[in-house]
Amino acid sequence: MAGYFKAASDGAAVVTLDEVDTSILRTLTVQLLELIGPGPQGADADAPDADPLAALFTDGPTTPPDDPALARLFPNAYHDPERAADDKADEASAEFRRYTENDLRAGKRADALSVVHDLDHLTPRRNGSARLTLSREQVPRWLRTLNDLRLTIGTVLDVDDDPDSALYHLDDDDPRKPYVIAYMWLGALQETLVETQLR
Amino acid sequence: METEQTESSEAPFEAPAPDIPWVTLVHNDPVNLMSYVTYVFQAYFGYSKDKAKALMLDVHHKGRAAVSSGSREEMERDVQALHGYGLWATLTQDR
Repeated sequence: MAGYFKAASDGAAVVTLDEVDTSILRTLTVQLLELIGPGPQGADADAPDADPLAALFTDGPTTPPDDPALARLFPNAYHDPERAADDKADEASAEFRRYTENDLRAGKRADALSVVHDLDHLTPRRNGSARLTLSREQVPRWLRTLNDLRLTIGTVLDVDDDPDSALYHLDDDDPRKPYVIAYMWLGALQETLVETQLR
Repeated sequence: METEQTESSEAPFEAPAPDIPWVTLVHNDPVNLMSYVTYVFQAYFGYSKDKAKALMLDVHHKGRAAVSSGSREEMERDVQALHGYGLWATLTQDR
């Protein structure tokens, strides 16, 4: 896991990924797609005989997802963390969720699917590594997906602001260790990809 | 036969407050990179690098920043877009 993004011309970004990088990134992104899913009310929309118009009129859920990582991806829009939630905030958040969560899920799925698509269209060299070039248009999709991956893993690991957290001093046989390593690598990938875009 | 729509559904409305704008707040979280948050403020709002960075630093140091203001509908649009980017955003009426 050593590939970092570099800026190319016209806002594009390039990175060299070895076989392991590509495999880990693809596996994590597919897991993210499975986690996000079509949503509790959107499952029917994925059926082969689903009416595409019906999906447009299907209300989203009104309660936050039970899964803490999903709850972080789709937060309550009217709940100020510095104030106690009241009925009015609950009601407004539920209404917001009803009209936005399906679209947000669809957007995040489309971003993640485009990342998987890009990874599946790499042309590996003889040593297995491949050069990935992201156009200026692809970069935002990758940034959002890298961020969703980090939010998801970060929530599961319960990452906090402490740079000296015990998470960074785990024993090698700790089941969280591979996720901490992946989390840090994804952070470096995202950081270097953002840097190619700052102006 | 179609019954006439009564206006009763509008009866218990709250006093409108058109002069009090709504604001979009972005909250600090331990995962989002400072550079990414700055990038989102530039990419989505079209803010200058300096303004985007100042807002990001407010989020980081004060725990939150008001990043836009306007009508409730506009702020719902901003919050939805920021959730799309993975930022922790909420909206509130500024009072």
